[in-house]
Amino acid sequence: MTRRRVVVTGLGATTPLGGDVSSTWEALLAGKSGVRKLEDEWAQEASVTFAARVAVEPSEVMERVEMRRLDRSEQFAMIASREAWKDAGTPDVDKERLGVVIASGIGGVITLLDQHDVLKEKGARFVSPHTVPMLMPNGPAANVGLELQAKAGVHTPVSACASGAEAAGYALEMIRNNRADIVVTGGVEAAIHELPMAGFASMKALSTRNDAPAKASRPYDKDRDGFVLGEGGGVLVFEELEHAKARGAKIYAEVMGQGLTSDGFHIAAPDPEGHGVTRAVKLALTDAGIPLSEIVHLNAHATSTPAGDVAEANALANALGSDISHVAVSATKSMTGHLLGGAGAIESIFCVLAMYHHKAPPTINIENLDEAVTVDVVRDIPRDLPKGSIACLNDSFGFGGHNVVLVFRSFEK
Amino acid sequence: MALTVDEVLAGIKEIVVEVAGIDANIIAMDKKFTDDLDVDSLSMVEVVVAAEEKFGVKIPDEEVTKMATVGDAVNFIVANGK
Repeated sequence: MTRRRVVVTGLGATTPLGGDVSSTWEALLAGKSGVRKLEDEWAQEASVTFAARVAVEPSEVMERVEMRRLDRSEQFAMIASREAWKDAGTPDVDKERLGVVIASGIGGVITLLDQHDVLKEKGARFVSPHTVPMLMPNGPAANVGLELQAKAGVHTPVSACASGAEAAGYALEMIRNNRADIVVTGGVEAAIHELPMAGFASMKALSTRNDAPAKASRPYDKDRDGFVLGEGGGVLVFEELEHAKARGAKIYAEVMGQGLTSDGFHIAAPDPEGHGVTRAVKLALTDAGIPLSEIVHLNAHATSTPAGDVAEANALANALGSDISHVAVSATKSMTGHLLGGAGAIESIFCVLAMYHHKAPPTINIENLDEAVTVDVVRDIPRDLPKGSIACLNDSFGFGGHNVVLVFRSFEK
Repeated sequence: MALTVDEVLAGIKEIVVEVAGIDANIIAMDKKFTDDLDVDSLSMVEVVVAAEEKFGVKIPDEEVTKMATVGDAVNFIVANGK
């Protein structure tokens, strides 16, 4: 039996660059930064005073009553999934063949902390009955599943900053394994709050470039000093190819494969040799079953940390060998900041659009390219990708040593 | 001074509007919280806590389970309020 093929038929997002996919993609190609100084009172005295908040507040597009029952991460999931579902043409699908896999790295941490304040200030009786459904990491997936009445399964992989990519891989397998015909998949994060920011700052993981927030996220630059926390999320509609064709759906790209490994090295630091990343790339390419010559683009994890960016670049070079020379590498976190559990999802969307438009988005803020970086980085302006059948990789890594690599390919009718 | 039915109904309306986002005009004594006003079991907890705070009355859990309609809640608060 031939393997069931999976294509992307819908996209949705709310990011630091825009309230939907088209505005985000436009800003991405224009090389705009979504990083800004935080207005929040708590941020003024913090060691890091900036982040990448969503460009469009949920309150601008969502009813007040719905908002108060949803954590901010769940709000992002609803906004992005509604756009994606509509973009897919509001498919008529057997609900028992419809799944949802939406990840979050941290879950409803803002709800948890806000309700802790209520507990301390007013007492236990005043803690909201919505607290638990709002803080559980599966809340975003569960709420989307409820709205769409998905009954094939609702899942939430959690692997820190690899979560969104792992969700897409899980969705791919759900369709391949014939558990579902359509899976709504993605990742979200809403963790711009005093406590998680302080935690990341204590790890020395965050950039402290307080005097120039828009210049702070600078993957591959010699003077990079940490990542910039972002928020938001992305959602993709994955659909079995024949199902999509039968209803005349618009097909953005094909999901070709995934590779998953773990480092077994350190709870937070990347393996400097990048063995786990190299293996994940190779596994993904084997799963995809396409010639290396077709890989023309890569959306890198590249978070702008001193250790991570070079380890990743070396691992990619090891995995791809001489074929790395025809891969245009983009580090879009230079513009979006790092969406943690949402990163793998929005970057999958960027990969899909890169395949669809044959255009690689730029990497901004590289003033002096780190000499240790030997991959071909797309700098400052977008680059046209070859015509014809092309493929790309999206790699994502998470604290805990999780490595996820996804392969997307342009879809020729 | 004892609370009147009108005062309590007005207060409950405010709370339900806040919690469930329902048009105040459709909230009346005979309306059922769950079926008519989109107040599910979780939101009912919010309504009760807000009503206790607003009217200074304790509403025991066993009473909450008996409160199907707005009128049930209003009458309990009027009877047990100060």
